[in-house]
Amino acid sequence: MTDAAVPIARPATALARLMRRKLALIGLAIILIVTLGAVFAPWIAPYSPDEQLFDGLTIEGAPLAPNGSFLFGTDLLGRDLLSRILYGARTSLIIGVVANGAALIIGTVIGVTAGFFRGWVGAILMRFTDLMMAFPALLLAICLAAIFTPSLWIVAMVIALVNWVQTARVIFTETTALSEREFIAAERSLGASTPRILFRHILPHLVPMIIVWGTLGISTTVLLEATLSYLGVGVQPPTPSWGNIIFENQTYFQAAPWLVFIPGAAILLLALAFNLVGDALRDVLDPTQRGAE
Amino acid sequence: MSAAEDIPPGAATAPDTPVLSVEGLTVSVRANGAERPLVEDLSFTLRRGETLAIAGESGSGKSITSLAIMGLLPPPAVRASAGRVIFGSSDLLALGEAGMRRIRGDRIAMIFQEPMTSLNPVMTIGAQLVEALREHEAISRAEARAQALAALKSVRIAQPERRLDQYPHELSGGMRQRVMIAMALALKPDVLIADEPTTALDVTVQREVLDLLRDLQRDMGTAIILITHDMGVVAEMAERVIVMRNGRMVEQGAVSQIFGTPQEAYTQELLAAVPRMGDGATRPGQPASDTTPPPVARLDRVDVRFDIRGGLLGRVTHRVHAVEHVSFDIRAGETFALVGESGCGKSTIARAIAGLVPHEGHLEVAGRVLKGLDAAGRKAIRRDVQMVFQDPMAALDPRMRVGAAVAEPLVIHGIGTEDERRARAADLFARVGLPPEAVERYPHEFSGGQRQRICIARALALNPKLIICDESTSALDVSVQARVLDLLEALKREFGIAYLFISHDMAVVENIADRLAVMYLGQIVEMGSRAQIFGNPQHPYTRRLIEAVPVPDPGHVRAPAPRLSGEVPSPIHPVGSGPRRLDLCDIGGGHLVAGDRAAKEAAA
Repeated sequence: MTDAAVPIARPATALARLMRRKLALIGLAIILIVTLGAVFAPWIAPYSPDEQLFDGLTIEGAPLAPNGSFLFGTDLLGRDLLSRILYGARTSLIIGVVANGAALIIGTVIGVTAGFFRGWVGAILMRFTDLMMAFPALLLAICLAAIFTPSLWIVAMVIALVNWVQTARVIFTETTALSEREFIAAERSLGASTPRILFRHILPHLVPMIIVWGTLGISTTVLLEATLSYLGVGVQPPTPSWGNIIFENQTYFQAAPWLVFIPGAAILLLALAFNLVGDALRDVLDPTQRGAE
Repeated sequence: MSAAEDIPPGAATAPDTPVLSVEGLTVSVRANGAERPLVEDLSFTLRRGETLAIAGESGSGKSITSLAIMGLLPPPAVRASAGRVIFGSSDLLALGEAGMRRIRGDRIAMIFQEPMTSLNPVMTIGAQLVEALREHEAISRAEARAQALAALKSVRIAQPERRLDQYPHELSGGMRQRVMIAMALALKPDVLIADEPTTALDVTVQREVLDLLRDLQRDMGTAIILITHDMGVVAEMAERVIVMRNGRMVEQGAVSQIFGTPQEAYTQELLAAVPRMGDGATRPGQPASDTTPPPVARLDRVDVRFDIRGGLLGRVTHRVHAVEHVSFDIRAGETFALVGESGCGKSTIARAIAGLVPHEGHLEVAGRVLKGLDAAGRKAIRRDVQMVFQDPMAALDPRMRVGAAVAEPLVIHGIGTEDERRARAADLFARVGLPPEAVERYPHEFSGGQRQRICIARALALNPKLIICDESTSALDVSVQARVLDLLEALKREFGIAYLFISHDMAVVENIADRLAVMYLGQIVEMGSRAQIFGNPQHPYTRRLIEAVPVPDPGHVRAPAPRLSGEVPSPIHPVGSGPRRLDLCDIGGGHLVAGDRAAKEAAA
């Protein structure tokens, strides 16, 4: 090989490169729409989410299919589904972003600490992680939720406390492998401090992994919240969340499919949007991908 | 399938008829919608029983050629887009996968560089050999096992019966490569493609494997395509040579013609860059001064041991005696080399000096004793000792711009302002021969040689007194290696740095070292100046190392050496016992040799 330099043009900023990706833009747009819908729900929603409308049911008492006055139809109690979806977006976003984010942070801190320091600290942390993994997450969540009075923030905390385990495992393995790499030995031989190695040389390599787990976690946490709500320890009715809309209505799936289909599609779209953005972010933030686009 | 059957066994019996001929072979890779050729218009013929070497540096397309012949190009991006590969009466490129499978292994066999990754780790050696044999021949399991044993015996492996029931990880690298050769030759193929068969092996093991290949070829008449970057290996093994560069054939000819009267400029450059034993003697040595400068590093009976825990309670049962009672000084401004084969403890010494592994004994760097230093003292020592690793890609953080990586030692030690550091990085880049605008790039955007230059710039950032080069040029192509060695030499003259140069390559060491120590199993067996060691090697192991180096001269006649198939003893000992310590005796002029008898004879 020649020793000559490989000419590479100065690249655009990460944000500009993100904006160049169509799929990422679609994902961003969906996230933006959902967020706006959640924030401005009181102004956009055509009805109150809790109001059992007089003309929301047929004379036989069946829910209405989507029509001109109820765009998404009505639910079993005659409430407007569109309004409930809009208000439910608030709950689901908080669960998907805050609870999942907290789980990620806990998992990363525990995984990195155990993987980098090893020894008895690592052993204790990882055995605790294994214990959490073996313990039925749902049972733990029910216990925790039963101890505290259920509220949205408590539910978010409970979800964070059971969902960090997989992240910790994966980050632990990755950190162990990273700290064996030669450039870490090179840093040590330079006299770099532990925080410097951790924050400048280990964490940047974990970012792709964290992003992947973060985006994957959004749909699972939204559904976990739904499960908890269904069991009565989640978000309390009548507060809507996408998950509890599905669970309230699932028994009537054949008679009123839109009641399950529409919130299901909302969860799917949101999870997909985060996945698209996450994927693009991972590529854009990876300097070793430069020039490969 | 029928195409393969058209070829009668031993298709080409007359000595001069070609077994394999490649005509106008072009291999392309599709990337970003465009086709880029990896190998262009390559033609050659391989005659029965001859050894044809395809030599070239990385990226020359030599391995791609071998994969194309075997029909093993990675689909779908890489494919043979033109040309023919004629074997017997059929074109291998036109043969489907089913037809190729009958030829592969049976008629054309291949051995790869890394024997560990080419053997299935969860199958015993015997099972793998039996499977390979039964794939191509309708024989019973017992017959296949008998043949497998015969194949292992033919590659002169020690205790062949025992090897059949062992797993790959239980064998050493040399033994694994012997097993690969046994497997490749068990079916008596017409053609054997050996892709860098000895690159991953130690030099003495390489010697044995090359001898073995040559003997087997003589006995079986197999034609060999030897793919290698090592011109020494080419000179020793090949009858004809093809030199490749950037996917094209540069030159083709008999080995004596290529080495004697190379026609093309590239071949001449390539041969000139090969380090040769004896070149070092012409280089001016260290100016002999009466006032010995104080050593930058002093090791006095240094031990490094690693614990192996076992049993229920995790008690230490065994220890790896990686470094045992090693003493030497590195003087200011000299190049001190440590040579030895893998596992001899030379890299462990480097890591101990750099403070990366704990040690016992007295280790002093720049006048400071390493043991018992507090954090600040350790940090101070790291300003004086820097390390350059073997693989520059692995030693650089792939997510950090190289400019930041070079300035990082200054940040860690709190030297200068941000602007000063940036200026220093640019300055260092210029010193190692890189354009200053390269600071903005990431490591993967450079070639291997450039990356090693970056690592050297980084090591220079703190103006150290000692730079440890741990196999720093082994992973580079010869022409790049030559330039990096020149750079190290120039920097030494300019800054008066001392180097601890760790290498397995006696030819490189002979070219760069002022003094050297030969290590075997964690102990030094011989130490002295370059002239002493290479001019008058005393210890049998030193002689073996020197003799094993392939000489890039086809006319060179090798002294007959005993064929060794023994294995290096293990450095693992139960707690409480250890290896027998070797005593070093001075046989004159600071030339130290281990073992009392050898020393006494030499002194007498």
